[in-house]
Formats: sequence, C-alpha cells, structure tokens
Amino acid sequence: MTAHGAHGADPLPWTAAAVVLLLAVPYCWAATRTTDWSRRRTVLWLSGCATAALALSPLAAGPEPVAHMARHLLLGMFAPIGLVLGAPVTLLLRTLSVPAARKATRLLRRRAVRCLGHPFTAVLLSVGGLYAVMLTPLHEAAVRHPLLHGLLLVHYLASGYLFTWSIIGPDPAPHRPGPAVRVAALAVAVAAHAFLAKYLYAHALPAGHDASSARAAAQLMYYGGDAAELIVAAVLFGALYRKHLSSVEPGQDGYTVGGSAELRQRHRKERELRCLKCDLLRTALPRQADERPSRS
Amino acid sequence: MDERDLRDRGRSALAAAVIGVGMMAAVDEIVFHQILAWHHFYDPAATDVALLSDGLLHAGELLALTGGFFWFAALRRRGTLHPTAAWGGFLLGAGAFQLFDGLVVHKLLRLHQIRYDVELWPYDLAWNLAAATLILTGAALTLSARASGEPRR
Repeated sequence: MTAHGAHGADPLPWTAAAVVLLLAVPYCWAATRTTDWSRRRTVLWLSGCATAALALSPLAAGPEPVAHMARHLLLGMFAPIGLVLGAPVTLLLRTLSVPAARKATRLLRRRAVRCLGHPFTAVLLSVGGLYAVMLTPLHEAAVRHPLLHGLLLVHYLASGYLFTWSIIGPDPAPHRPGPAVRVAALAVAVAAHAFLAKYLYAHALPAGHDASSARAAAQLMYYGGDAAELIVAAVLFGALYRKHLSSVEPGQDGYTVGGSAELRQRHRKERELRCLKCDLLRTALPRQADERPSRS
Repeated sequence: MDERDLRDRGRSALAAAVIGVGMMAAVDEIVFHQILAWHHFYDPAATDVALLSDGLLHAGELLALTGGFFWFAALRRRGTLHPTAAWGGFLLGAGAFQLFDGLVVHKLLRLHQIRYDVELWPYDLAWNLAAATLILTGAALTLSARASGEPRR
C-alpha cells in the first residue's frame, strides 16, 4: 500500500472506471446501426475508453506525484487520441434523424463552440490547466479532497479531448483553422509541456513531496508526453500528406515529366484504376456519380 | 535545366534538411542523453529562460522529424525527389543543428555540457569540427546537385 492507501478501499475509482468503460456501449450500438461504419474507428474508440478506464482505476494508483502524472498522461493525452480518432461526432450525426442532426450541426456551428474548439483555446485549457495544477497548491488540495481530484481528472480528459480534436479531429469541422495554425498550436503545446516538465524537475515541484519522486514524475511527464505528441504529429502530418496527394493528380502540374519510367507507369495505372472505379460508380449510382467531376 | 527542375531540387534539399535537423536532435537526445548518459536531463547552471528555449527546441525537433518525413514521402511519391540535393540538404540540416547545439545550447545557454567531470575542450572541439564537416559536405553536395543535370527519381 502506498502513502495514500486510503484510495485502496474506496469504491469510487472502480465506479469511475466502469462509467468510462460504459462510453463504449452507446458507440457500439450506434456503430451497428450505421451502414459501413469503419471497424478501425470502433477499435480506436474502444482503445480510448480502455485507456481512460485504466487511468481512473486503482491500477494507476501509487505514490504521489508520480501517480497523478501517470493519470494526467493517460487521461489527458493517450486516451483522447483513441477517442478522437473514433470520430464520435460523425457517428452521432449519422445516427440521428435528419432534423435532429441539423439541430446538432447548428449547435456545433455556434460561435461559442467554434471558439472553444480553436486549437489555441484548447492549448490554453489543456496545458494551461496543467500549469495551474502543478505550480499552485491545487495539486496538494486534490490529493486530500476526492471530489476536487475527480473534477481535475474530468478536466484532464475533457481538455485533452478538445485539444486532440482541434488538431487531428476527423469529424467534419468547416471552421477549423488551416494546417499552419494547427501545426503552430501543436508546437506551442509540445514546448509548453516539455518546459513545464523540466521546470518541475529543476525546482522539485509540486511542493510537499520528496525531491526524488517529484523528479521521477517530471521525467515521466517529459518522455510520456513526447510519445503521445509524436502520435498526434504523425496523424496530423499523415492526414496532410494524403490530402496533398489526392489534390494533385499525377499528370497534372507537369509531374509525370520527370520521374522514372517505372513510377510513371505506376501513376498511369493508378489513374486508370480510379477512372474504372468512377465508371463503376456511374453505372451503380447514376445520380451521385454525375455530381463527381469526371476524369477522362 | 528548367525552372521547375530547379524548384524541385530546392524542395528536395529543404525537406531533407528539415529531417536532418530533427534527426540530429533525436540522435543527441537518444545517444548522448539516454545511451551514453553523458548529457544530463537538467544542468543546475541552466536558467528558466534556457529551459524555455529547450522546450521550444524540443517541439521543433519533434515536428521537424515527423513533418519532414511526410514531406519527403510526398516528394518521392510524386516523383520529384532529387537524391543528391536531398542528401546535401540532409547533411546541411544535421550539421547546422550540430553547430547550433555545440555553440548556442552548450555554450551560450549552458543548458548542459557534452560530458561531465572531464576536460571539456577536446569534446567541444570534436563536436564542432564534426558539425563543420557535415555542413561543408552538405553544401558541396547541394551545389553539385544544382550544377548537374541529374535525372529525377
């Protein structure tokens, strides 16, 4: 048992973990009702739920402040990646009836929601929140008051979700800022997280713990944060890469002039395959296919 | 050589230079911090401002490595990559970071030293000479890529 062993007999952590795990139920129900819902997205959502449940369960308990840091990483950084890539908003809009989906979209387009979902607002809420916890007596208070602790964990998950969604959210977001703003926000978040980790290490913060465990927590924060941010960066740049390639057709912009004969042939084959798919669609779904720009 | 060809060489060199910067920063972190444990995670000589710049540098490294990789992949996929220009850019980026690390990070900001409890100057000299070699080789390759009519791959 740890110094904060009082949590051990507490049924609250298990309840919280179970509640998070229950997020899987409505998602799976909606996924089975939606035709062609990607299995990959379902798996990602489930892994996000499992990570969040792990963070809340007593399995993540241990000496402070290392346990708190592990929870912050799992709840605020790793779990949101799975949850966001599960595209729950898209799934919701597909499940709702048309009038209800319209209402939901109107809500999402509200100026307040748009401001909240801006990458820099999200950075302020998520990383800024962490500064507020670690550099003030808030962390010490949270260790003593279970309710405050619970609220803090909810904040980690919600702000982490918001941040991850604003950077790599696959849901339709017509007002999402362009790639430059998102890359900049990610850079600010990475830098602020790394700086806070080294600052905590340098000054053996949060206060009230022995220096060696404070430093262990700071190092966990630094390297654990890196791993999560690397995944977010890879997803963001991977999406930009795919978007870029699909926006430039081989053959356009003079890009088959150079390149090896082998590559030129591969591009030609892919182009032909795309045309073939278009033709198939045109016969199968005549009305929708007409709306696509024809490539011939 | 037409204008587009020249532009593609420039892009190849730039994308690879971004990877070079990120790669050298990662090598610094993995080899010198983690494996050799010569560098320290934190040096008491570092001020809070130095720690902040360290954080910014760290963010740059992470994004340069991932972003550069996908940029490079896009150039290759589109068949507009020039290998020589890319190698030149890669070495230039790696050398530039090494020199920046050797002069600004170690000496100006004093974030950490190359190694502790040893005579430091041979290490500093070797570090910065290695950087200069990388830069010179990279520059030579980049210039030769500009001059030659090497086909795109």
